[in-house]
Amino acid sequence: MAALAAVTLLSLAACATDEPAASPSGSASAAAGSGTGDQSKFFVQADYDAELGLLDAAATGPADKPWEQVLNPTMVDTAKFKKNGPHKICFSNAALNNPWRQVGFKTMQAEVEAQKSRIKEFVHVDAEGKDQKQIADINDLLGKGCDALIVSPNTTATLTPAVEAACQAGLPVVVFDRGVNTKCPVTFINPIGGYGFGHVGAEFVSQKMKPGGKVLALRILPGVDVLETRWSAAKVAFDKAKVDVVGVEFTDGDPAKTKKIVDDYIQRYGTIDGVWMDAGAVAVAAVEAFQDAGKRVPPMNGEDQLDFLKIWKDKNLTAIAPTYPTYQWRTPIIAALRILDGEQVSNPWKLPQPTITQDNLDRYLDPNMPPLHYAMCGCTDLPGYPQRWK
Amino acid sequence: MQTVQPRSLPLRLPRVRPGGVLPILAILAVLLVLVAIRQPDFLAPSSLMSFLGRSAPIILLAAGQYFVIVSGEFDLSVGSLVTAQVVVAARLIDGDPARTWPVVLLLLAFGAVVGLVNGLITTRLRVPSFITTLGMFLILVGAVYLWSDGAPKGQLSEEFRRFGRRAVEDVPLLGRVPYALMVLVVLAVAAVLLMRSDFGRTLVAVGDNPRTAELSGVRVWRTRTIAFILSGLAAAVAAILLGGYSGVSFQAGAGLEFGAITAVVLGGVALGGGRGAVVGAMLGALTLELLFALMNFYGVSGALRSTVQGAIILLAVAVSATRSSSR
Repeated sequence: MAALAAVTLLSLAACATDEPAASPSGSASAAAGSGTGDQSKFFVQADYDAELGLLDAAATGPADKPWEQVLNPTMVDTAKFKKNGPHKICFSNAALNNPWRQVGFKTMQAEVEAQKSRIKEFVHVDAEGKDQKQIADINDLLGKGCDALIVSPNTTATLTPAVEAACQAGLPVVVFDRGVNTKCPVTFINPIGGYGFGHVGAEFVSQKMKPGGKVLALRILPGVDVLETRWSAAKVAFDKAKVDVVGVEFTDGDPAKTKKIVDDYIQRYGTIDGVWMDAGAVAVAAVEAFQDAGKRVPPMNGEDQLDFLKIWKDKNLTAIAPTYPTYQWRTPIIAALRILDGEQVSNPWKLPQPTITQDNLDRYLDPNMPPLHYAMCGCTDLPGYPQRWK
Repeated sequence: MQTVQPRSLPLRLPRVRPGGVLPILAILAVLLVLVAIRQPDFLAPSSLMSFLGRSAPIILLAAGQYFVIVSGEFDLSVGSLVTAQVVVAARLIDGDPARTWPVVLLLLAFGAVVGLVNGLITTRLRVPSFITTLGMFLILVGAVYLWSDGAPKGQLSEEFRRFGRRAVEDVPLLGRVPYALMVLVVLAVAAVLLMRSDFGRTLVAVGDNPRTAELSGVRVWRTRTIAFILSGLAAAVAAILLGGYSGVSFQAGAGLEFGAITAVVLGGVALGGGRGAVVGAMLGALTLELLFALMNFYGVSGALRSTVQGAIILLAVAVSATRSSSR
């Protein structure tokens, strides 16, 4: 029944079909039994292997400034972009429509302020989550005399031509967070990525729970590459650990829906032994569902949002928080200035992706910050901390 | 309740009064039997109480929607109103318990004002309520987005969340009785009494035939505006319970207007007004929630919920249309 439910769900989600070549060897038959369904069509074995390798890689750069660190650097020459400052830096932003982007953008603004002797003007355009607007935004910015252009693309494929046009205009382009399908930007900055995130959470949950126990996987929504990679890595880990994934459900990032789903599963199975989620926004709702049902909260993963870290500490949960660090919003400013100095930068610029565990929880848990703040902002040394982020 | 009492009980069974609560009671009973077969534990007092508690918001919204629909209008704005209320509450309370009660009062006032505006635009400016409340829906979505920069800020206090999340413990026989359920029972009784009062009868008369009501001296615009205000108030209470249940979120009220309308239609209330009972609307909401719980027990994907809702609306309206044609 459980397997049937998961299969029904996945086929309804209309993104988990064929592409057997992409599934890891030998997991296809195991998959059906463990309830994780078919592998996502977004899964690319080589990328998965590379990301898991990066999890253990040593970073180059100052240890106390992970936003300046690089994993496996490959430097590129930028001498042709050398220019005298102070500079005008322009930023085409995909959206500001979630707390993660809010915290990230405040961090970026603070970085600009910290560098204000070198930046005469910072232009920010918010595309409000619309591809068409971002294409127009980038086009507009090209006529505004920017010395460097930073792009956080809304979607990968659609924004690629706009970014290519920007490269052709001759100014240095820095892309971060989501990528584009072109090598023309000077550098592409992002942390290790979704496979690393999904793997860390799934491995922890399957190790901490009782063998063969029941896992509930909560996903935000299907079909988004950064989230699909998280789930596909978790699926591999769960298949390998032979845990019983009783459900893979989509929450839309809605706490009420999450709480109902978790409550439904508690009702249906009596107990759930592990919870995995592809993003931490609804982690607290999942915890509350167990609390309100009078059950012990099972091993689970969340993310570095403070509401989760706080309930983790207060209720002494068995938990882990892989992160998609917001400090990556500092790096594009630093990269742009280095490029305009003609200094070499790494392309791609892979940032480390720290994990919050029981051992370092206290270091990241600042009870004075708001519940939706992201602990991994790397912002405590920036101007205006903490007020700017409240 | 029904305005016209049946003169004599019909002897032939299938002749069910349009707008009566018998069909919905029958559906509810069938679902309960199915639940009892599949998941008998669900009917244990503790899980039943928790189910009723978390269904309270949608049942209240269905009652609010009933007032509007029975008077011949629609209210599509309640979902976004709930979201707006939860987001506003989180930002204003910002974790400070002392602000709980003032904010609760403010939310009720906010709900009433939105209902008043909906009502006045519909009745005085003669904008069809479908358009008025769709406009209000969009205005609220946009305003919340603008005001919060796209991500909710602040925090609800534990005192505020208590209504939707906590319960009276150790009640004999029942176990845990959620506060939300107690709020629901009180307001449901109030709604039934209201529909039995002169106002309730007037409301149904207005929905049945506004012209006749007008000619009989009823101020139709005022009656309908009050219905919208009641719907806004119901949305405010639902927002307090929902925010309490799950905390602040941008999706708090997403889709609730359709849930409420489905419930009302399922409860035998005629779209277009004039027929149906508030008890039927509330039972409709309960039935809908029980149906979703049952789908969960049978492992049916949650993604099918909106499909089921859509099918129910179409089916129920079609059935009531064929029945009312012989009125």
